[in-house]
Amino acid sequence: MSVLDSKIPSGPLAHKWTHHKDHVNLVNPANKRLIDVIVVGTGLAGSSAAASLAEMGYNVKALCFQDSPRRAHSIAAQGGINAAKNYQNDGDSTFRLFYDTIKGGDYRSREANVYRLAEVSASIIDQCVAQGVPFARDYGGLLDNRSFGGVLVSRTFYAKGQTGQQLLLGAYSALSRQIAKGKVEMLNRHEMLDVVLVGGKARGIIARNLVTGEIERISAHAVVLASGGYGNVFFLSTNAMGSNVTAAWKAHKKGAFFANPCFTQIHPTCIPVSGDYQSKLTLMSESLRNDGRIWVPKKLEDVKAIRDGSKKPVQIAEEDRDYYLERRYPSFGNLVPRDVASRAAKERCDEGYGVNKTGEAVFLDFSSAIMRYGKTEARIRGIENPSTDQVRALGEEVVGNKYGNLFQMYEKITDDNPYKTPMKIYPAVHYTMGGIWVDYNLQTTVPGLFATGEANFSDHGANRLGASALMQGLADGYFVLPYTIGEYLASDIRTGKISTDLPEFEAAEKAVRDQLNKFINNKGTQPVDFFHKKLGRIMWDQCGMARSAEGLTKAIADIQALRKDFFANVRVSGKLDELNPELEKAMRVADFIDLGELMCKDALERNESCGGHFRTEYQTEEGEALRDDVNYAYVAAWEYTGSPADSILHKEDLKFEEVELKQRSYK
Amino acid sequence: MSRSAILKSSLAKKYWMSATGLFLCVFLLGHLAGNLQLFMEGAAGEYQFNQYAKFMTTNPAVKLLSYLTYASILFHAIDGLLLTIQNKKARPVNYAVFKASANSTWASRNMGVLGTVLLAFIVTHMTNFWAVMHWGEMPMQTVDPEGKLLEEPLKNLHMVVMNFFNPAENSLALLATVLYVLSMVAIGFHLSHGFHSAFQSLGLRTGKYGKLIMVAGKVFAIVVPALFAIIPLYLYFIQA
Amino acid sequence: MNLTLKVWRQNGANDKGRLESYQVKDISPDMSFLEMMDVLNDQIIVEGKDPVAFDHDCREGICGSCSMFINGEAHGPGRGITTCQLHMRTFNDGDTIYIEPWRAAAFPVIKDLVTDRSAFDRIIQAGGYVSVNTSGNTQDANALPIPKDDADKAFDAATCIGCGACVATCKNSSAMLFVSAKVSQLALLPQGDPERTTRALHMVEQMDKEGFGNCTNTGACEVECPKEISLENIARLNREYLRASVNPDK
Repeated sequence: MSVLDSKIPSGPLAHKWTHHKDHVNLVNPANKRLIDVIVVGTGLAGSSAAASLAEMGYNVKALCFQDSPRRAHSIAAQGGINAAKNYQNDGDSTFRLFYDTIKGGDYRSREANVYRLAEVSASIIDQCVAQGVPFARDYGGLLDNRSFGGVLVSRTFYAKGQTGQQLLLGAYSALSRQIAKGKVEMLNRHEMLDVVLVGGKARGIIARNLVTGEIERISAHAVVLASGGYGNVFFLSTNAMGSNVTAAWKAHKKGAFFANPCFTQIHPTCIPVSGDYQSKLTLMSESLRNDGRIWVPKKLEDVKAIRDGSKKPVQIAEEDRDYYLERRYPSFGNLVPRDVASRAAKERCDEGYGVNKTGEAVFLDFSSAIMRYGKTEARIRGIENPSTDQVRALGEEVVGNKYGNLFQMYEKITDDNPYKTPMKIYPAVHYTMGGIWVDYNLQTTVPGLFATGEANFSDHGANRLGASALMQGLADGYFVLPYTIGEYLASDIRTGKISTDLPEFEAAEKAVRDQLNKFINNKGTQPVDFFHKKLGRIMWDQCGMARSAEGLTKAIADIQALRKDFFANVRVSGKLDELNPELEKAMRVADFIDLGELMCKDALERNESCGGHFRTEYQTEEGEALRDDVNYAYVAAWEYTGSPADSILHKEDLKFEEVELKQRSYK
Repeated sequence: MSRSAILKSSLAKKYWMSATGLFLCVFLLGHLAGNLQLFMEGAAGEYQFNQYAKFMTTNPAVKLLSYLTYASILFHAIDGLLLTIQNKKARPVNYAVFKASANSTWASRNMGVLGTVLLAFIVTHMTNFWAVMHWGEMPMQTVDPEGKLLEEPLKNLHMVVMNFFNPAENSLALLATVLYVLSMVAIGFHLSHGFHSAFQSLGLRTGKYGKLIMVAGKVFAIVVPALFAIIPLYLYFIQA
Repeated sequence: MNLTLKVWRQNGANDKGRLESYQVKDISPDMSFLEMMDVLNDQIIVEGKDPVAFDHDCREGICGSCSMFINGEAHGPGRGITTCQLHMRTFNDGDTIYIEPWRAAAFPVIKDLVTDRSAFDRIIQAGGYVSVNTSGNTQDANALPIPKDDADKAFDAATCIGCGACVATCKNSSAMLFVSAKVSQLALLPQGDPERTTRALHMVEQMDKEGFGNCTNTGACEVECPKEISLENIARLNREYLRASVNPDK
């Protein structure tokens, strides 16, 4: 019997959540005033949770490391948010959203959680519209939708290429309202550096005020981690520079199990790396795959000619182009799920067909769409026998209206005009499906410690579908956690204020101080980024889009060596009691190194390919991921026992009652 | 109106700037209409102008308007001064490099300077004519254009003006002409920003009216000061 | 290319601060401005000195963290971009580049190029929201059609990233573009209508309290705004506030 109790309610799938909500413990309003809750992070999951908890009456203390809660990285999500509204009358339903998500996740997520997510998705759109989120509308004044990868319906709500921004600003405004009322104490520029356990329960945190350097003890009856994902373990990713795993990792060290760490999402359409100085990668929205066609040349001599500049991509004849996604997956074409599209790009580039100097880029071409739209537009405007140039100009206008801001962003970065020449794109780390293990109530294995949004593992299995991260963050924060946390807090109404003078706080603070001082006093020679880049290289090469037992074993040894090197030779300038970005980075990279090792260990242990986790040893003859449902249909939850190497694996078996496990096919 | 603090809030200050500014624009038109009479030649012109001057100094309705004008000028200046002081306070440390020319017009950034120039001009201008007309020793017009003796002699402001810009009568006539013209240039710049800015502050420079106001502002800022400026030049050159 | 940088260094709020000169070599034109700053900092760290502190996070022009006043302009030369989207190909070999923090009484310097922009948060807290609780029982999102034109205008206003370039670039350090963007977004949508009077009054009151200057309509903010937020919004705020001020019930 596993030590993991997922607490999934009994009963039919469609009734589980309603039934659970109806029977979950409630805290009476007068008692809520006596209860403090800490929320770490103010992205979609954090802001929405903090606002909702405060509205309910709890005293909330919210932290973010940014200078304002509005800057959390949810803001950068471009494409949209899914909801089973069926406004387009294309046959969408809660079940279909649930099914697509389970299938997209390659059958490695919990049915009950995913169904709940699909169920509350419609309420999210209602809630956001009520907050004044300006979603795109059609001429009738009703909400517009677009399509995303891995599905056959249009259920994605969007606000141009800035959906995440608009949703986050909505949640931020709800949060601001509670701050103004004094129900939320907002601590900007604060970073959580440890969680404090009293009597086995999470009773507070230790945080560093990033402006003054002061170490603060903050107590509460429950702690909610909404600290996002850990994609920055790869150094280069589409994550923000500050996105980090520290809060989650510290919780892991204090007893929260870490689930499926190796499940990372590599997004297929990002701007390729241009040089060693590169600090981050920029995503080009998945929505571009609605109209862009992905290809590489069929002939290696054309590849060579493009690389040395003697041929331009537009000079390659149609019959000499390999639209490999359309070739391999005729039914979904360019809109296959992200993991599939990424792997296909890597396969072509590994075969030597990469189209830039580094050999790591494929084309995303809009010329067909431009000509197609141009012809339609010419007909609408009544232009007879338009010239090719006319058609192209009209088409460029239409495409510009749809994706103008993305095209502009691309041109700013690369100095190439994507209207005239195809974009060059390559996969990059984007999202992490893995995270802190939580039960149905979003509680971790530490009582009183909860995890929401990307920080937890629960809903996306081995691969997340586009436009589902925003959905999950807001579902957790607005509609799930505020209810389920009551189950735990109901027993805490007589506890009273938690004192920060307890010896547990004392000890935790001392440990944090010791680690900080160690960095400040280290007589090293290299800046933190030097090591972070090395870690990123190891992870990308061995634990990226393709993994093998041999590579992972080597990676683990390399990371262990890197850890020694890092602690011996890192140089952190500046002082403890001031704004010190280098010190912040050092603390984060230390945790990334540990996490990286655990990721490799997890990837090594999972002897199958599924979703974003592709083990080269396990593939079909056509190079598709080969799952092993008999042996690996479980959640791998790791318990920390002193070092990542000694972590113990616990398995939560996944039971599928509503869906039949099948080989995923997008052909 | 409790919260809006109609005098204190930054926006209220701007409303007052706009209201007084737009009122002064109307005043300019009226003043210009009067001044243009100086182009009328001979005795008829002189008589007409002096009668107009008398009307302007004695009619009770005009008096009321004139007080409103003085108040507007004063309020516009004081309010502007307060705004400028506050704005300076809002940036205690200046930039080492500030490339404002990249994003705004010179006039829009120097309304305070232009306003100060204009205030100096107004004071000088009023000393030269208005004060003389009210309290100074004035030559009198005693006959009308037909040579008939007037029942009540008119203060001959026309002659004062003519002499002021006549190098034979006034050794500083050239300087005066030049300074008057330069002041009109200043008013032009002040209006080039002030006109549309007033509409913007009242929330009216928007949508389909926005362009119209911008164009009207440009025309106003060029035509009105130009017409004002031609008069001293004309008077100087016909007498030089 | 090789560059001379004149960077504002200020050790905490109480330090007077000064421009210091640095040389950076072999800068690739494909680098972003912040990557060039990374190179500078690595160089400073290896020399054993204190690196330049600056705010940055997403590095794709949406979080609003980065905030450098480069060669006299907010977010440097170039339109519709933030500092992180500025690329070194904009500059020439041998250039001298001045890098300063946002300067405004309401944005005090914390360290070097990092300023405290929490005044913006407090303005939003004063009323930049719709008072609706999370319930799951709000009416259906499509129950109330919103004219596309209004929705689009609301969206354009809502794209503000709160970076503070408008304040930094305004000769008066006025926050009108920021405040007007939020007031406009919510005034254009039916959901924001019930509170539009109090919202305009309270947000402007807070803006004044924070010590921002007055808008004199120079239009500099619109030009330098990375999201190209229109002055139309300021006109709308002026209207909203006037309307609210003359409302006899408020």
